[in-house]
Amino acid sequence: MAANVLKLDHITMQFGGVVAVNDFSMEVNEHEIVALIGPNGAGKTTAFNCITGVYEPTNGMVSFYGEPMVCNHPQGKMKKLYKGEYYDKFNKVISPTPDQITKLGIARTFQNIRLFKSLTVFENVLIAKHMRAKQNVFTATLRLNAKEEQRMRDEAMALLEEQNLAHLKNEIAGSLPYGLQRRLEIARALATDPKLLLLDEPAAGMNPQETKELTDFIVQVRDKYGIAILMIEHHMDLVMAIAERIYVLDFGRMIASGTASEVQDDPDVINAYLGVDEDE
Amino acid sequence: MTKKISTSTIVSAALVILLFVLVFVLEKVTNPYSMLFVVLKKGAIYALVAVSMNLLNGFTGLFSLGQAGFMLIGAYTYAIFTIPADQRMSVYQYFDGGIIDFSIPVIPALILAGIAAAFFAFLIGLPVLRLKSDYLAIATLGFAEIIRAFFQWDALGPVTNGSNLLKKFPTFDSTLFPFAVVGICIALIVMLINSSYGRAFKAIRDDEIAAEAMGINLFRHKQMSFVISSFFAGVGGALLAMYQTTVQAMAFKSAMTYEILLIVVIGGIGSVTGSVIASFLFIACSEWWLRFLDTETFIGAWQVPLLRSGFRKVVFAVIIMAVVLFYRQGIMGNREFSPQALINKWKKLTSKRKKTSKEGR
Amino acid sequence: MDFINNNLPYLLAGISVGGQYALIAIGYTMVYGILRLINFAHGDVFMAAGLIMIYAVTAMPLYLAIPLTLIATVLIGFLIERVAYKPLRSAPRMSVMISAIGVSYLLQNLALYVTGGLSKMYPTIPWISDTITIGGATTKMVTVITPILTIILIVALVTFIQKTKIGMAMRAVSKDFETSQLMGIKINSVISATFIIGSFLAAVGSMLYFTNYAAVIPTSGAMPGLKAFVAAVFGGIGSIPGAVIGAFLIGICENIIKGMGLTTFSDAFTFVLLIIILVFKPTGLFGEKANEKV
Repeated sequence: MAANVLKLDHITMQFGGVVAVNDFSMEVNEHEIVALIGPNGAGKTTAFNCITGVYEPTNGMVSFYGEPMVCNHPQGKMKKLYKGEYYDKFNKVISPTPDQITKLGIARTFQNIRLFKSLTVFENVLIAKHMRAKQNVFTATLRLNAKEEQRMRDEAMALLEEQNLAHLKNEIAGSLPYGLQRRLEIARALATDPKLLLLDEPAAGMNPQETKELTDFIVQVRDKYGIAILMIEHHMDLVMAIAERIYVLDFGRMIASGTASEVQDDPDVINAYLGVDEDE
Repeated sequence: MTKKISTSTIVSAALVILLFVLVFVLEKVTNPYSMLFVVLKKGAIYALVAVSMNLLNGFTGLFSLGQAGFMLIGAYTYAIFTIPADQRMSVYQYFDGGIIDFSIPVIPALILAGIAAAFFAFLIGLPVLRLKSDYLAIATLGFAEIIRAFFQWDALGPVTNGSNLLKKFPTFDSTLFPFAVVGICIALIVMLINSSYGRAFKAIRDDEIAAEAMGINLFRHKQMSFVISSFFAGVGGALLAMYQTTVQAMAFKSAMTYEILLIVVIGGIGSVTGSVIASFLFIACSEWWLRFLDTETFIGAWQVPLLRSGFRKVVFAVIIMAVVLFYRQGIMGNREFSPQALINKWKKLTSKRKKTSKEGR
Repeated sequence: MDFINNNLPYLLAGISVGGQYALIAIGYTMVYGILRLINFAHGDVFMAAGLIMIYAVTAMPLYLAIPLTLIATVLIGFLIERVAYKPLRSAPRMSVMISAIGVSYLLQNLALYVTGGLSKMYPTIPWISDTITIGGATTKMVTVITPILTIILIVALVTFIQKTKIGMAMRAVSKDFETSQLMGIKINSVISATFIIGSFLAAVGSMLYFTNYAAVIPTSGAMPGLKAFVAAVFGGIGSIPGAVIGAFLIGICENIIKGMGLTTFSDAFTFVLLIIILVFKPTGLFGEKANEKV
């Protein structure tokens, strides 16, 4: 069995009195494509934000390659307000910032594309190389890091070529058509050399043809870079076609998990999506 | 690629040398105390401060209004450490000659001025850089006011001379001195902006959340930009002290920050060359070209209406409002003037001509 | 008790100045609540009200000069919004703030031109300039009137916001600008009303404030303006009671600091307070928290 890349252990995220994610556990293994689905407002993006350090989960632990990466338990005012399950084991507090998590090897894209709009396509990708470069502000300003700078540029260029974006390298990112912006955002995430890629609704706003292309593209990315992918997606065609395992969230709770066919026939999932018939 | 860079570097270097030679010759052949040199000196100093502010506001997206405070720290640091030992008794007449009885040379003092401002920026940055846009603006503005009060405090008199003037420190005569210092400083800022760190700053400006997701430590980079910007504001303040020949904390009011901010806006937020051009224009207008608006003028027996002391500043403020409202990009937008851009434009022009001539055939 | 006795003059002055700051602070807090804009020009509107009063008194009797000052100040506030802020409604927040700084620069320079750089004596308004003695401390009538008038005006304002239709529209717009626009609220008239109320209160404040200070110069508005803004932030920007409490607190504290012989730091204190609040409770005493959606 492949090594475990990401593990969520009883994650609860509560904002004031509202529980957005409730006692959610899941795993992503090496070289796997996993999907997180659920109706709008089910807590999918919140779960992403707990993984990437944007939010500090109220309770639970996230591990990356078996190492605890994020860990928290209800503290202070939250102790009284907390509505979820208690577990004794999360007594440590680990709360890294998003940049530290990216550095560990988790990259993400955003539901509403967040490119550096005024910068060029090339610069967008090049910025991802900044965090691992061996330099400081003095060597960089005085150009004593020429070798390192050249390496960053070469790597960024190579990535653009692999992603067929090289011909656009001097275009301003904000002026690209929507589909290309999505592709650039994925390329930029890949430039951080991740081991795990989180995609937040990559097919949002795409037509069936574009979705089909994206489906192939995601598989290619996984195979080429040998990484694991966790995605939030509403396009069921895409999810059913490539996700090896699926987790279904509804009102912050996991209501089902398993392979595409297992999840598809689960009555809870059907209810969540179609609503419960009161007469039954 | 490399060849192109080298031509542009050569052209830039040539332009810079030409500029210095021109100023040198002008100083020899014309009256070195004419208005032109006032504008060149003061304009250069404001250019440095404006560019340093642009690094924060235009390139890192941090709306800071603390520039006058950092200039004050720079000006005072320079003055305090360079007043000749034998002059201290007369300067610090109310404080028994002050507690510092040595002085250091000009260049180290300029660097020290920058370092002092940078150090204060580091301290103040720890709490305030976590704030969002307009809160950051008001907090830095408040900080500048605190600094101003602090430097006028009597208890610090032996160092700062309280609310009295500091004077008799070394100054400069030739315009070449501020030009050289400002030139080096702006060159360093430009090199920073074009480096990997400059790209990180621009990423933060465009989208903080995405920048963080790219592994950029927001706080560390904001702090870096803030400290570096303040360093150069401090050097600018020291130069201003040299230009004015005296320093008093009173003068570094928030109005000074506003003026610099307006220069940055007129030049174009996010354009270094814009800030430089706007600084010289601003100083030239306020010190020289619009002076006639301040004097009562008669054409024959008819007095030109409105013209009297203070009218220049009103006209000026109206022009600035017009720029802010109708010409929001400023002079340069976020573009830069560079020999490279000129070369490219020239090439485009010539290639177009070739194309049209080919098509013509 | 000794402390109060010794500091009574400062305490009284503090309450008085606090009330004047409160009247300015409301203009800041209401504009920020609706436009998310620090109206840097508001302090200068306050200064302009002082100058208008000075010039009005030379030309007409006091009972005409006072209403004229109020009307002219309101007009200035209204025009500033229409000319300098309205065209920038869809521009980034930084542009609007820069425009506000530009207006402040323009007003100060205009004042400099009009006054010729001389400080102008503020007219004596009878009755409120009279001296009275309270508990051994001698002060002007205005010291007593200010807090009372401030409270009356604020109660009136709060009632206006709670009970009238336009007040309801103001509350809606400050909650959600876009949605209220979609619900058919006339955004521009709501914003104009906000500026009119803010300028009116600033004009009243200026009459009380300058009665104590005697002279008006072009930069007279800058410091009280900034302090009033800090008061607004302290109380939680957007909250009217917050701004009032903050203003009284700042007024009292700075006068007690003056009383301790640290006049140099009475201005700086306000900003130290500001930075402390921003760091530990950026939303102020009564402010609401807003999270950016990722």
